[in-house]
Amino acid sequence: MKLKSLLVGLGLLAGASVAQAEDPLKVGFVYVGPVGDLGWSYEHDLGRQGLEDYFGDKVETTFVENVPEGADAERVITQLAKAGNDLIFTTSFGFMNPTIKVAKRFPKVTFEHATGYKRSKNVGTYVLRTYEGRYVTGVTAGMMTETDTIGYIASFPIPEVIRDINSTFMAAKSVNPNVKMKIVWVNSWYDPGKETDAANALMDQGVDILIQHTDSPAPLIAAEKRGMRAFGQASDMSKFAPEAHIFSVRDNWAPYYISIADAVMKGTWAPKDYWGGFKEDILTIESVNSNLPADVKAKISETYAAVKSGEIKPFTGPIKDNKGNLVVKAGHTLTDVELAQVNWYVEGITDEIPR
Amino acid sequence: MIRIQARTEPSNIMKVASPLIAIVLTLIFGSILFSAIGKSPTQALQVLLIAPLADSYNIGEMLVKMGPLLLCAVGLSLCYRANMWNIGAEGQLLAGALGGSAVALFFIHSESVFALPLTLIAGIVSGMLWAAVPTFLKLQFNSNLILTTIMFNYIALYLLIWAVHGPLRDPEGYGFPESAIFADSTLLPTLFEGSRIHLGILFAIFAGFVGWFILTKTHLGFQIRVFGADEPAARYAGFNSKKLSWFVMLFAGGLAGLAGVAETTGPIGQLTPNISPGYGYSAIIVAYLGRLHPIGAIVAAIFMAVLYMGGDLAQIEMGIPVAVVSMFQGVLLFFLLACDFFINNRFINTNNQATN
Repeated sequence: MKLKSLLVGLGLLAGASVAQAEDPLKVGFVYVGPVGDLGWSYEHDLGRQGLEDYFGDKVETTFVENVPEGADAERVITQLAKAGNDLIFTTSFGFMNPTIKVAKRFPKVTFEHATGYKRSKNVGTYVLRTYEGRYVTGVTAGMMTETDTIGYIASFPIPEVIRDINSTFMAAKSVNPNVKMKIVWVNSWYDPGKETDAANALMDQGVDILIQHTDSPAPLIAAEKRGMRAFGQASDMSKFAPEAHIFSVRDNWAPYYISIADAVMKGTWAPKDYWGGFKEDILTIESVNSNLPADVKAKISETYAAVKSGEIKPFTGPIKDNKGNLVVKAGHTLTDVELAQVNWYVEGITDEIPR
Repeated sequence: MIRIQARTEPSNIMKVASPLIAIVLTLIFGSILFSAIGKSPTQALQVLLIAPLADSYNIGEMLVKMGPLLLCAVGLSLCYRANMWNIGAEGQLLAGALGGSAVALFFIHSESVFALPLTLIAGIVSGMLWAAVPTFLKLQFNSNLILTTIMFNYIALYLLIWAVHGPLRDPEGYGFPESAIFADSTLLPTLFEGSRIHLGILFAIFAGFVGWFILTKTHLGFQIRVFGADEPAARYAGFNSKKLSWFVMLFAGGLAGLAGVAETTGPIGQLTPNISPGYGYSAIIVAYLGRLHPIGAIVAAIFMAVLYMGGDLAQIEMGIPVAVVSMFQGVLLFFLLACDFFINNRFINTNNQATN
């Protein structure tokens, strides 16, 4: 009896020391939307789950969803750091300054901020080359439009969104010189009501292909109802519009989250300005609809391969803006730093960037 | 048959008992809810309601959250007392943030001691102006104050979005919709090292006492109370309803404007499109939870701040989804406001009367 309890005790001790030796890496995530948004935050959460699946009990993850980008963000990030997280991903632009502030107070914690431009000793940034996905989207839209008018539902006039509009339009123009683009700004990342209104307004104006830089499937559903076509954004949205859905460009964060957690565990992490796209499989094309014409399907694969291999680089000069200024010189390809500052529309977009 | 009957006089017992009944009902509901999703109800309730006050950091953050809620709620309490249905605290807060930030950015390279006071005054005046337009429209053209103040919330939001995308945008901010970070001369001083508790919170608590003083100790406050309780009587007594309306609206607008400018010059430190997660709307709940009494508003604002923080902590510590947390909070507020119904009403059993 005594021996038994002693053995049990030893076992517990051994177990405890093993647990200590392999203390899991605690990883926190801050999401701007609900994980059920089926877009941006949803995909970040799939990335988190991917991280857990990969490392098993070597990581322990926590997330906070629906965090407003005002004064609350700093508190939530602080509380995650206080709760013992070693690595914290803040997944929206508005978390940039709060992340920098909290990082200063928790120098031993590693922070990674999505889509921002401020870095420090313990803050790295990561961003998607969404414009690569847009290029394939633009080529497809240019081929498929019968009214030569494609519609774009845009969120906020920040460089990422403007860059994507340009990439889409240049791609569409490369296959259809007559193509026109109409843009509606909804000033939100996620607002199914406004997105539906914008989709209907665009379709009323002769648009037959919808592209969105917002996160809800509402525009796809609106297109499905009226027999038009649309693309899925951020996640695979094919199930919302079986007929209308052309393909989805998916944000696939897991590979990045795994590589960063791995670097933190090994002690090799350093703050970087990371850009990932097709090549890194951080951005993927999902569920190409089988009802597309064969030539369009072929062109999608071809364009995807060309962008992935680097044969097509969308922002290679000469590019003129829509006021006639040469913004990218012949032969030059925009660097990542330059890409982060795009604040012009390419030639042919008959619209103004809202200021 | 059970019927609802208005009491001839408010029940003093129910005044005290109603929040207690509400809390008991909420605890029962919460236990069922958290058990249903497989979480320990005692731990969940502890994290939701007690953890936000468990250490000095959390208390500080609770106060930071309380500040804007309280500033807006004090003003709204007076408005609602005077039957001015101002739903526009959110817009007035945003206008204050915008006006104050414009002045703060003017002082971006200045160390002048006047920078902060002028910034705060600009915020207060902007909030007052934003409240003045719907007030004028109501008094002059008898327009519906509820509708105009709601519309002014949207106008303020879009004006703010326009400003951060345009004239107030940080020229070195890569085109992102945020202003530059304000100079130290325009930031509200924090009261304790390592905490975000700032001067604005003292303003908020002070505002609560000023509101209480006006309402209970001054002739003006007496007029407001009479006006709210019995408008014809107030008119008969010769009270100037226009003057009262202007006073409560400008008071509320100024406080909401101060809340806005105190957020931008306090915990946020710059103008962004996301200054307020709906403080102006939540303040309506705070005002009613505080029974339209400025001191009650202090208690209610603390309570709401605890609830919001507990929601985040429940996600961090227990992995409770935000939807479940919101449901719990909604039910709690519902019970609190619903139980207040029994202060002025009661159930009676009409069967007894029928048989008698």
